[in-house]
Amino acid sequence: MKIKPSDFPILAQQVNQHRLVYLDSAATSQKPASVLAALNQYYTHDNANVHRGIYDLSQRATTAYELARDKVQHFIHAKRREEILFTRGTTEAINWVAQTYGMTHINPGDEIVISYMEHHANIVPWQQLAKQRGATLKYIRLAANGTLDMHDADKQITARTKIVSITQASNVLGVVNPIKQIAALAHAQHAVLLVDGAQSVPHMPIDVQQLDADFFVFSGHKMMGPTGIGVLYGKRDLLAHIPPAQFGGEMVTTVSQNDAHFQPLPWRFEAGTPNIAGAIGLGAAIDYLLTLDMVEVAKYEQQLIQYALESLHKIDAITVYGADDVHQTGIITFNMAGVHAHDLATALDQLGIAVRAGHHCAQPLMRYLGVAATVRMSFYVYNTLDDIDDTVAAIKEIKDYFKK
Amino acid sequence: MTLHNLDQIYRQAVLDYAQHPHHKAPVTKADSCQIEQYNPTCGDIIRLALPVEHQTIVACHFDGEGCAISTASASIMMDLIIAQSLVTTKEQIKLFSRMVTGDDGDYKMLGDAQMLAGVTQFPARVKCATLPWHALSLLIQQIEEE
Repeated sequence: MKIKPSDFPILAQQVNQHRLVYLDSAATSQKPASVLAALNQYYTHDNANVHRGIYDLSQRATTAYELARDKVQHFIHAKRREEILFTRGTTEAINWVAQTYGMTHINPGDEIVISYMEHHANIVPWQQLAKQRGATLKYIRLAANGTLDMHDADKQITARTKIVSITQASNVLGVVNPIKQIAALAHAQHAVLLVDGAQSVPHMPIDVQQLDADFFVFSGHKMMGPTGIGVLYGKRDLLAHIPPAQFGGEMVTTVSQNDAHFQPLPWRFEAGTPNIAGAIGLGAAIDYLLTLDMVEVAKYEQQLIQYALESLHKIDAITVYGADDVHQTGIITFNMAGVHAHDLATALDQLGIAVRAGHHCAQPLMRYLGVAATVRMSFYVYNTLDDIDDTVAAIKEIKDYFKK
Repeated sequence: MTLHNLDQIYRQAVLDYAQHPHHKAPVTKADSCQIEQYNPTCGDIIRLALPVEHQTIVACHFDGEGCAISTASASIMMDLIIAQSLVTTKEQIKLFSRMVTGDDGDYKMLGDAQMLAGVTQFPARVKCATLPWHALSLLIQQIEEE
């Protein structure tokens, strides 16, 4: 990877007297110096509100904010810039779709179809919508190797299905789902497809038109951008017929005592002062990722994963969840016999290694796998083979420690 | 490498309690006084059953899914409270809570549970140690309200 150590200043530190090895990028990624510089530049030199000032500073802020929208559009290959709406993140984007499109299109007896590998963010908003509208929430099963069971997908998506909402990449198993096939199943039944891209956009090239996703959502902070900024992509014809999720300033043209006229897309959805710095930071993150090339990013993570899997399989107490060949993003979830996930994570932390332990905000999947807690290591482009060697050595040492 | 820091909480005796927990048995519908507590940050779950007669805990057992710290804590707690009055037990719950927040004090009344004081060195794990005690506190409250 074309990464210089100085690109990620945070990684050059010691934690508990050990070199920091950060293996929790699926929770949030670290930020390159260029993103930090973009935030600093904006607040130091260009800070003003957008779309309202007629002075130079406001113009600069508006230009930078709207340029970020263009960058997102090109990064995910959306057809039009007005199909890119800025949100707080994936969670807010899914909630917007559920509470706008969902509330206006779901009727009693309709079905919403998700899968057992969804993050809570792609479960709970649909549960609530189903309750509000008297609809049924259905789950697509997983095959034995951890992938989506496409035969079951075909069965679950029926003429009653109005919304299908599926993650492109699992935040627990590293599986990448066949979105195009799922889109075809959904569209054959005249249902819309929302794709949760939180774990895919940071790690692979994305083309929302080629995927034929009706809605596509993701978060900035998992792809090297700041927290509090995310994206809702929607096909224009769909967005044009959905009421805004929130109302207020920025999203209106004229306001009278009892009514208001709304802006065109995309601003109709962006009520209030948006996260200007967040959008600019996200734009800088996209610039950085483009210098690495997303095809190369995906390839490099594959190398890390294969190396890590081989190393972990040599430790007999380790159980890895999901078959080897289905790990397509930089995520490995595992358990060690005799050592609970939290104890293992605490011990790794003592050696400077940051991993996630618990249910990973995917409790239905955990129940499906029959485990209460697991350890997850998730990689990104700044991780190295050395990181994996150090982690595997640490795991072996911890295994002996708990055998005492 | 330096795993010796872990000795502050994972002492041999604590690991023994975790690996061979006392009073661990399935909590079923037949158990009259019971409670389930869940730690949403990590997914740990514990169920306690606690028959009480004349303000005294006559027996107790627990089950659930938990790490070494929460399992050892539950195991030690149950050893301590069996055949005790509710008044004494409530006193111990308060003491334990004070101990794991790092307050200096006399914790002899907690017996083996004093071994868990080292959890203060691992702030992210304090909730693991307190989960069974928290469940016990809520269960006693429930019993007293009935």
